[in-house]
Amino acid sequence: MEFFKGVNVDWMGKAKYFVTLSLVLLAVGWASILKNGGLRYGIDFRGGTLVYVRFAGAPPIDQIRKGLQSAGLPNSTIQSISDIGNSASQRDVVIGLEQKGTGDESLDTGKNAIIDVLHKTFGTDTSDKKDFNSITAPALTDYLTTKDPLTLGTNAGDRYKELAQRLVDTRDRDQGGIVTSFDQLKNAPGVTPQVVNALSSGFSLGNFTIRNVEIVGPKVGAQLRRQAVLATLYALLGMLVYIAFRFEWIYGAAAVIAVFHDVLITLGFFSLFHYEISLTVIAALLTLVGYSMNDTIVIFDRVRENLRLMRREPFAAIVNKSINQTLSRTILTSGLTFLTVVVLYLMGGEVLRAFAFAMVVGVVVGTYSSFGIAAPIVVVWNKYRGQGAAISAGSAAEKRVAAAARR
Amino acid sequence: MSSDLRWKFILIAIIILLCIFGVVGLPEFPTSANQLKQNLADRIKLGLDLKGGSHLVLQVQVDEAIGQRCDETIDALTKQMHEKNVNVGETRRVDDTHILVRNIDSATSSTFRDIVTNQFPDWSISPAPGEQNGYLLTLKPSIVADIRRNVMDQSLDTITRRINALGLTEPTIAFTGRGDNEILVQLPGEADPTRAKSVIQATGQLSLNLVVDEQTYPSEAAALAGHGGVLPPGTEIVPGKSSAAPGQPSQTVFYILNRAPIVTGQDLRSESISPASNFPGQYQVDFKLSTAAASRFGPFTETNLGHRMAIVLNHQVYSAPTINGRIDDSGMIESFSQDAAQDLVLVLRAGALPASIKYLEERTVGPSLGADSIRQGVRASIASLVVVMIFLVVYYRQSGVNAVVALILNLIILIAFMAYAGAVLTLPGIAGVILTIGMGVDSNVLVFERIREELRNGKAPASAVALGFDRAFLTIIDTHVTTIVSAVFLFLFGTGPVRGFAVTLVIGLLANVFTSIYVSRAIFDYHLAHMERQAELSI
Repeated sequence: MEFFKGVNVDWMGKAKYFVTLSLVLLAVGWASILKNGGLRYGIDFRGGTLVYVRFAGAPPIDQIRKGLQSAGLPNSTIQSISDIGNSASQRDVVIGLEQKGTGDESLDTGKNAIIDVLHKTFGTDTSDKKDFNSITAPALTDYLTTKDPLTLGTNAGDRYKELAQRLVDTRDRDQGGIVTSFDQLKNAPGVTPQVVNALSSGFSLGNFTIRNVEIVGPKVGAQLRRQAVLATLYALLGMLVYIAFRFEWIYGAAAVIAVFHDVLITLGFFSLFHYEISLTVIAALLTLVGYSMNDTIVIFDRVRENLRLMRREPFAAIVNKSINQTLSRTILTSGLTFLTVVVLYLMGGEVLRAFAFAMVVGVVVGTYSSFGIAAPIVVVWNKYRGQGAAISAGSAAEKRVAAAARR
Repeated sequence: MSSDLRWKFILIAIIILLCIFGVVGLPEFPTSANQLKQNLADRIKLGLDLKGGSHLVLQVQVDEAIGQRCDETIDALTKQMHEKNVNVGETRRVDDTHILVRNIDSATSSTFRDIVTNQFPDWSISPAPGEQNGYLLTLKPSIVADIRRNVMDQSLDTITRRINALGLTEPTIAFTGRGDNEILVQLPGEADPTRAKSVIQATGQLSLNLVVDEQTYPSEAAALAGHGGVLPPGTEIVPGKSSAAPGQPSQTVFYILNRAPIVTGQDLRSESISPASNFPGQYQVDFKLSTAAASRFGPFTETNLGHRMAIVLNHQVYSAPTINGRIDDSGMIESFSQDAAQDLVLVLRAGALPASIKYLEERTVGPSLGADSIRQGVRASIASLVVVMIFLVVYYRQSGVNAVVALILNLIILIAFMAYAGAVLTLPGIAGVILTIGMGVDSNVLVFERIREELRNGKAPASAVALGFDRAFLTIIDTHVTTIVSAVFLFLFGTGPVRGFAVTLVIGLLANVFTSIYVSRAIFDYHLAHMERQAELSI
């Protein structure tokens, strides 16, 4: 099977369309960023509190909002999650709180306030019974040992410890962290009706469970932001140096401009689709930089090779030919990568969502930027320098050898 | 098969066997499916985001310790000047590392300089700008650096001892490497870090100080006013709770204490808790002093009979009993809940922190979220792998099978390498695995497309394969090196989970070069050797 055979497109002639497309995308994306008052940073970079909560049923968002408001937390945000391939996630919400103040108050003030609100609003059982959905394995072990539902007496040994661990595992792994009826525990190995009875007489079942808490102080946010920018810039610089060393500096510059352009457009899309920029997104941006760079290098490699074979052709024609020759590889690889990141986007879960989104956008933009942006830059530069003069992409050493051979 | 090719396959087989052994064969050779599972779980270390647990970043307030050194120096200096009859107008702390001494009697200013140079070699002395007969003492930068390092090392030790005493499994306590005053604490499986946090943060500074003024004051200002606005030398005001009658809320009162403690936490020999004798239902912490401290404490209590002695914990007076007789080596602090008393004993045993601590970051991943993330991450990886493999086989037929073999090997090598190196698999790490698959596909596609091109140009299968690999080789090296360069920077400047991503990516890329060039080439050569002369290459 073959998709692309004998392609013959004048890419350099069409460069203006790609440049226009990029300018439009950049303008739209960055207009959105400016309109929203800058990039949307996640709490990694902004500082703040996020509490991930899973409810037993559909999340009562209005009730949560009212509860938060009456507790004096009107600035909090509530966001629901839903994941294809994980139906339980439809019961999840993320409650966020800006980190305000000088940072002198305790870091977890916001978290405690949110959890207080949840307990006040949704804590159904007012008796002293503990909530089974938030009990830890050691506490459950203590309870079971006292109750002794298996009537083991002094021979219990580690039996209750193992049983407690199994119960907690059943809750966390099989039931997604929240049990709505004690009957759901029946099928765990080693659980007898007596055990279920002992549990239902001693515990209540809360309506929600805290799945994840993230708190980042404001100072750390600024520090992480600086670090991320540094990492990106150094990575770009490193690539520039490597490509300049392997080819010529204009190739390095063109490649870096192209991937920088990819990053800028992806950031614009982040703003358009209301995604936040977190540490993992930075990882995604750097990965797409790597990918886009790959595409560019594959084309440049071919240009270098063709330059030796076709000395008489105009430079633009050589570039066109190189792009056409590598086109099937470019489309295939990008297409497969695209498939991979789409799967990741749909199935990878909430934590990888923004990461996968960056990759989905980045793979598309990164693919066309290698032949639509990077290659034309080199062509235009060579035209500016005068045709034929310094069109060889070989390293300086190779050029000297070639010159010597001509003599 | 030529012997060259045979050796290639033997090498490949050895590497694969080593890798598989590395993943599931250790620590005990598997004889059952359960053992296999157990080995896998032991060898692949999961990060907190997958396993569940708490991640804390805390900042040690190092400047406090430096400021304390400054205060101590002022005390010692004042004493020295007093002994040597040096008269000065004022000795004042400018900031954490500077002391200003003003209006020195010009007759004694050379004595003053001698005191500083001989007794306080950690400080450099210079004339204070804009002052006549004034000097500015500056803590030498090398000393500041020493203090910082000591404070950080000591904090790390103390926190480690405290966490270990809590009995949590496999905690990580290390410098973050981010700021020079930050410590990272990771507590796997700990879904609620509240208790650990308070134990870590407790300053744990215990001291017994003589109460200078029998009276207590309702505010700091009142305490000052009681002494005409100037505290007696060598004393300080410390807040505490008044011992209220039962049923009445206790109030904050202020004591004036001797600044120099008689006994500190370091002088304790043993600590234990017992029910509080004065407060039913509450607990007290009993302590015994070391022999050396007891030999100081006995005479001290004898000479100060009838005076009060304050028990100060974390710069707060817990009680100030009157000394009714000679006490040699024991005392107690009351009153706490049982848990609080136990935690206090733990903190006292682990020793005091040299400076206070502030939390910068707290992340807690519940066990159910971690399990979900693994399930989803693994499912997404497998799904994308399957999609890609089906495509490769459909598009490249026999050669596509080569690529699939190379991809699977790539994954096995990556996982084995992580197991051998003890690298931690995080959620972004799983993403790194998925991207490794992507790069692996890219390398194979590059080679195959090149071979197809050579075939189109009329080359025979054998030379087309040889040319395809040779020509694609440079490109593959270029693309891989550039990505590795960016991953290295990610590792150097990234934190936590992002580093995990960089690690998996780099290892995956290295494995990729091996599988997509060496292994895939060997399989091609094998096919070529077994092909009919006129047959077409299945690509």
